[in-house]
Parts: sequence; structure tokens; C-alpha cells
Amino acid sequence: MRRVSRLAATIAASAVLALTASACGESSTESNQNENNEESGELGVGIAFDVGGRNDHSFNEAAARGGDLAEEELGVTVEYQTARNGETDADRVQRLTALAQEGYNPVIGVGFLYGNAITEVAAEFPDTTFGVVDSVPEGDNTFGMTFAEHEGSYLAGVAAALKTESGQVGFIGGVENPLIQKFQAGFEQGVADTDPEVTVDVNYLYRDDDRGFSDPARAAEQADGMLGRGVDVIYTAAGSSGQGSIEQVAGAEGAWAIGVDSDQYEQPGLVEYQDSILTSVIKGVDVAVFDLIESVVNEDPLSGHHEYTLAENGVSLATSGGFIDDIAPQLEEATQRIVDGDVEVQDTPQ
Amino acid sequence: MSSPLRVDREKLVLGVAAPLLAIVTAVAITSAVMLLTGDNPFRAFSVMLDYGSKSDSQVWIINKAIPYYLAAAAVAIGFRMNLFNIGVDGQYRVAAFFAAVVGGALSLPGIVQIPIILLTAMACGAIWAGIAGYLKATRGVSEVITTIMLNFIGGSLIAYFLQEGRLAERDENIVHTTDIPDSSFFFEIPTDPYPIHGSIVIAVAVGIAYWFVLGRTRFGFDLRAVGRSEEAAEASGVSVKRTVVTAMLLSGAVAGLVGMPTLLNESGNYGIDFPEGLGFTGIAIALLGRNHAVGMGLAALLWGFLERTGTQLEFEGYDQEIVGVMQGIIVLSVVVAYELVRRWGIRRQQRQVGEQLAAARNGKTATDPAEVSA
Repeated sequence: MRRVSRLAATIAASAVLALTASACGESSTESNQNENNEESGELGVGIAFDVGGRNDHSFNEAAARGGDLAEEELGVTVEYQTARNGETDADRVQRLTALAQEGYNPVIGVGFLYGNAITEVAAEFPDTTFGVVDSVPEGDNTFGMTFAEHEGSYLAGVAAALKTESGQVGFIGGVENPLIQKFQAGFEQGVADTDPEVTVDVNYLYRDDDRGFSDPARAAEQADGMLGRGVDVIYTAAGSSGQGSIEQVAGAEGAWAIGVDSDQYEQPGLVEYQDSILTSVIKGVDVAVFDLIESVVNEDPLSGHHEYTLAENGVSLATSGGFIDDIAPQLEEATQRIVDGDVEVQDTPQ
Repeated sequence: MSSPLRVDREKLVLGVAAPLLAIVTAVAITSAVMLLTGDNPFRAFSVMLDYGSKSDSQVWIINKAIPYYLAAAAVAIGFRMNLFNIGVDGQYRVAAFFAAVVGGALSLPGIVQIPIILLTAMACGAIWAGIAGYLKATRGVSEVITTIMLNFIGGSLIAYFLQEGRLAERDENIVHTTDIPDSSFFFEIPTDPYPIHGSIVIAVAVGIAYWFVLGRTRFGFDLRAVGRSEEAAEASGVSVKRTVVTAMLLSGAVAGLVGMPTLLNESGNYGIDFPEGLGFTGIAIALLGRNHAVGMGLAALLWGFLERTGTQLEFEGYDQEIVGVMQGIIVLSVVVAYELVRRWGIRRQQRQVGEQLAAARNGKTATDPAEVSA
């Protein structure tokens, strides 16, 4: 047996080597350029999603809406690509390189994990514009879009503190990283500034694993635990995991869920739970993505870094459903305080 | 009497039958899945072959296969003695984290610092796996349970230290350890258009050491003996407890190296974007490569090939999940095919032995039937 398997191994190894040697000539860049050169620039927009995919009803979907709007209004076509769980930078670089090679312009990475990869790929394709959401890449042909999530979350905190009857509210984060901590910090401060008596129960699905953005079952479990402890308003910032938490909250009498990134009340996939969705902290990813695509179409591509803040409506609180109409004056007032600079919202938890 | 040549041909048939059966089954099932979902499997395979054989794809696949191979070797050391080290994932992350911390804190010349980083990683991996080995040897706790639990403990340990002001710094939304100095980066093999990571020499060295230590030394023999039967090994004078602990330490030390290609050739630090789950991929690759030093290399390359071409498939309108389906089907086919071929081989052998015995008996009582029929 040993001799045979050794023989087989030798044959296989030499076959692989021969294949490697024979195929060395052409790289995919060369062959693609041959095919696509004439039509480059016409192909449209490439958008690479974070884990969870396009239909996460939340973060990625917001970016997709920006792309869809651009298709409608600007007549471009958009190619969407999705990340797998547990990807490395090599995977992300490959995806972005492939998009740029195919001639897509601009190429947009959705999620801060794309930051390094965008910097790397942008250097190789100086004629393509690269955008990334939630990160600030380097290079003249890149555009970083970040958001004042803490300011939007502050308003969610105000709403939660006013709406709670048990005096306990909860925050569920997908992964305990600096980005999601911004949501937590703003929410906690909003609650504390409105009603110092209200306590905030904070939970993260994972400490350091991006599965946190695609694990609705775990979010449902944690929401269940919180509801059991008497929490009656839960704000979940966890991408597609948020669905699990919203479903759980919908099953509890008198409890409210606060959505994130997209207006989750309007999400077709969440229609049966919409009566429990108090509001959502909308992150204007769609606006940012549309702006970038439009700028490229108009041949004046955006570059550098822009932070979309509450003052310019980059983040906002959704009013659909009308559940927060009764507290609109207080929210208006809180918004004004932030815009005027009377309140400085912390972006890291205390 | 059957000559040695004849025996070899018999085994050659068995040796070729299993991989062949596995490949045919995997291709057939994958094609069926694609047909069922309304895709054209033949175009998919041709896209994959075409794109995967491009020179930049080859470099990418090799670089991707390096950590996979190391993870598979770490898992295989345990497999060879019936130890299921599910904790390679936690071991390499803990190891890579502390190696990155040490690497970021020192600024020695590369020739000194790289070995220090590698040794730190191996030591941390060995310690993390050693805990499970120690518990198994002294308390009889199943290593499956302890290594899985140590994965979570390792994750929490890293999450605790990987915070601004502890052992990490913050760069926008990414928290990572201090960058290692440029001189500590591993060399690269210049190929066109992208370089191959120099850490491939680590993988090759581990592969040779794996083959030699397990196949050609007394320790390797003891280890495999314990895997076959603990009682028999104990009776023939092998200390089972010591072998368990040593195997876990070795497995952990190799696991410690899994993160090194990423750390020393790519990222230069351990951040929240450091790859996870390589340990679990390693289990699949060890199964696929039949714990064989070369087989695992081929399996790791196959895995890299599938991942590389999967992204390309998405451009062609296929769902990229099809690659995950393929990976699963291939592993299952290999495991099932080897078992089927093994059983078929045993039956075939029994029948042949039976025929030979019958022929020998007939030869004694009557004239040789072979001569009559001829």
C-alpha cells in the first residue's frame, strides 16, 4: 500500500508541477484586458457586500438601495458580490481586483473590513474610483464614507428612554468592535441624558467573530434573555442578525424593537413584525453610495473622506409606523442640541 | 504462487479506485445539484479550469494553501493516533496573537526576530493544545470537549487583550496589535505577476518533518500504535499518557504556525480582521488528504482552487455557495469512497484467498483443473 500511494503521490505531484509550468504564461488580468478593453467604463458599478449578503434587511441592503437607485436614475448597471463568513484580506482583494478588472467603475466595498483591501487594489487601478463604507482608505482614487452612528443612536436612546415602561432597555451588538461600540455609546448616552433612572442592558453576540452579523438565532436567544429580565425596548445593531432579535421582541407583549441601518419597518421581509418596530436608526449608506456613483458618472469622482452626520441627515431616525410621533418634540429638541453642538455625543462607551 | 508484482498490481487497482471513485462521485453530484438549480455545470467547470489556471490564480491558490496545509498537518498529527484536535482554530489564533504582540514589541534584525516570532507562536500553540493533552492524560477528559472549549476561551482571551490601551492600538474601525517592523516580514519568492509567500518553506518543512517523524521514527510508530490500540501499545511498552501529551504538544506547535503566513507575509499585525476558522478548514483538508503528507498538500491546493474560482463563478451568474456545496461533497465522497473501496478490497482478497485454497485442495485430489481447461 505504501509503495503504491507513494507512486500515486509522485505522479500527482509531477502532474501538478507540469500544469503549473505550462500555464504560467497568461495572467487573468492580461486575458481580461484583451476582452474588455473596448467596452471598459460602460460596464457599470461593482458593489462588494459584507457578510450577510444583500438581503440582510439592514446594512448591506442600504447600500444595495443606493445601487438600485443609481440603476434607475443614472442608467448604470450594478454588479453585486457577497462575502463569505471567515474571509481573509486575500479573498477581499481578489473580489475587488476581479471587479476592477472587469471594468466596473466605481468599485465599492461595503463594510470596514474592505478598508485595507481597497487601499491595496486602488493602487493597482489608478483609473478606477474605489469607495468604501465605514472606513477611510488611502490613495487619490479612493473615497471613504463614514457615518455618525453615535449621533443617530443617541436619538434611539432618547426614544427608548421615553417609551420604556419597565425602566430597562437593552442593546445588542453583533461584534464588539469599535464601530458597533459607537452605536452602544450613543444609545447609552441618549438614555442617560433623557432619564438617568433607566438602565441599559448591553450584550454582544460575539467578541471578535464576524459571524455576529449573520447569526439571527443567537440574537434571538439574547433578546429572549433580555425580555425575561424585564427589558422592554431592545436596540439591535447587528446586520442580518437583527432579524432574530426583532422576531423575538415581536413575540413579547408591549415590547419594542429598534432597528438599524435601514428603515426596518419598511423591509418586506420583516412585514409581520412591523408593529413591534418602534423606529430604526437609519444610516444613509444608500445616499452615500448613490452620491459616489453619480460623481463618477458625471466624471468628477469624489475622493478623500466624508463623514455623514446628523446635521446633514446622514443618519436619522425613521418615523414610519408613527410610533414615535407622540415624542417628536423631544426628539426634535435632542436633534437640535446635537446639531448646535450643545451635546457632544461620545463615540466610545464609558 | 503469486509473485510480488501481482500483489502490487492488486494494490494499485485499489489505490487508484478510491480517488477515482471519489472524483467521479463528486463531479456527478455537483453537476446534478447545478442542473437541479437550473445552471449549466459544464460551463461552470470550464470557467473554473480556465480561470484557476491563470498565472495570478496559481500564485493566489498557492499562497492560500499554505496556512491550510499547516492546519491540516496539525490536525493530522492528532488523527494518526485517534486524537481529535478540534482546537487547532483556537491554538493558532492564540499563538498568532501573542507572536504578533512579541513581534510588535521587539525591533531586532529580521534574522533574529523572525525565529523569535515563530518560536513564540509554536510555544503558545503547544501550551494551548498541551492543556487539553494534560487533561486527557491525567484526568481522561475527552480532547474533543476540552479543545472546543479552549477555542472559546482563546477567543475571549484575545478579545480581552485586543483592546485599545491593553495590547492593541486602534486604527479607524480596526483594532490591531502594534505592527511588526518591516525587517521582520518573511521573504517572498518573486513570480509574475504576484510573488509567492516565502512562508511556503515553513509548510514544506512541516510536511517533510511530518512524513519523517510519523513514518520513519520510533516515536511515530509508537504514536500510530497508540492510535490503533491503546491496550496493545501499553502492553508492548509504550507509555500512552506520554504519547498523548507529546502528540498534543506537537499538534499545537504546528497549529501555532498556521497564522504565520498571514502575520509575516501579509498583515504584519493581529487585528480584528485576522482570518478565523482556518483550523476547521484544516480538519476537512486532513480528511481529504487522508493524513498523507503529499495528499494534504494536494487537498489544500484543491481547496484554494475552489475558493479562487468560486468568486469568479459569481461573475458568471452562478451562486458562489455552489463552491461550499462542492467542498462538502468532495470531502464526503472521499470519506465514503475510501471506506467502500476498503471493504470491496477485503472482499476481493477473501475471494481470491478462497479460490487459491480451493485450487490447492483440488490440485491434491485430482489433476490440476487449470491444465484440463487449457
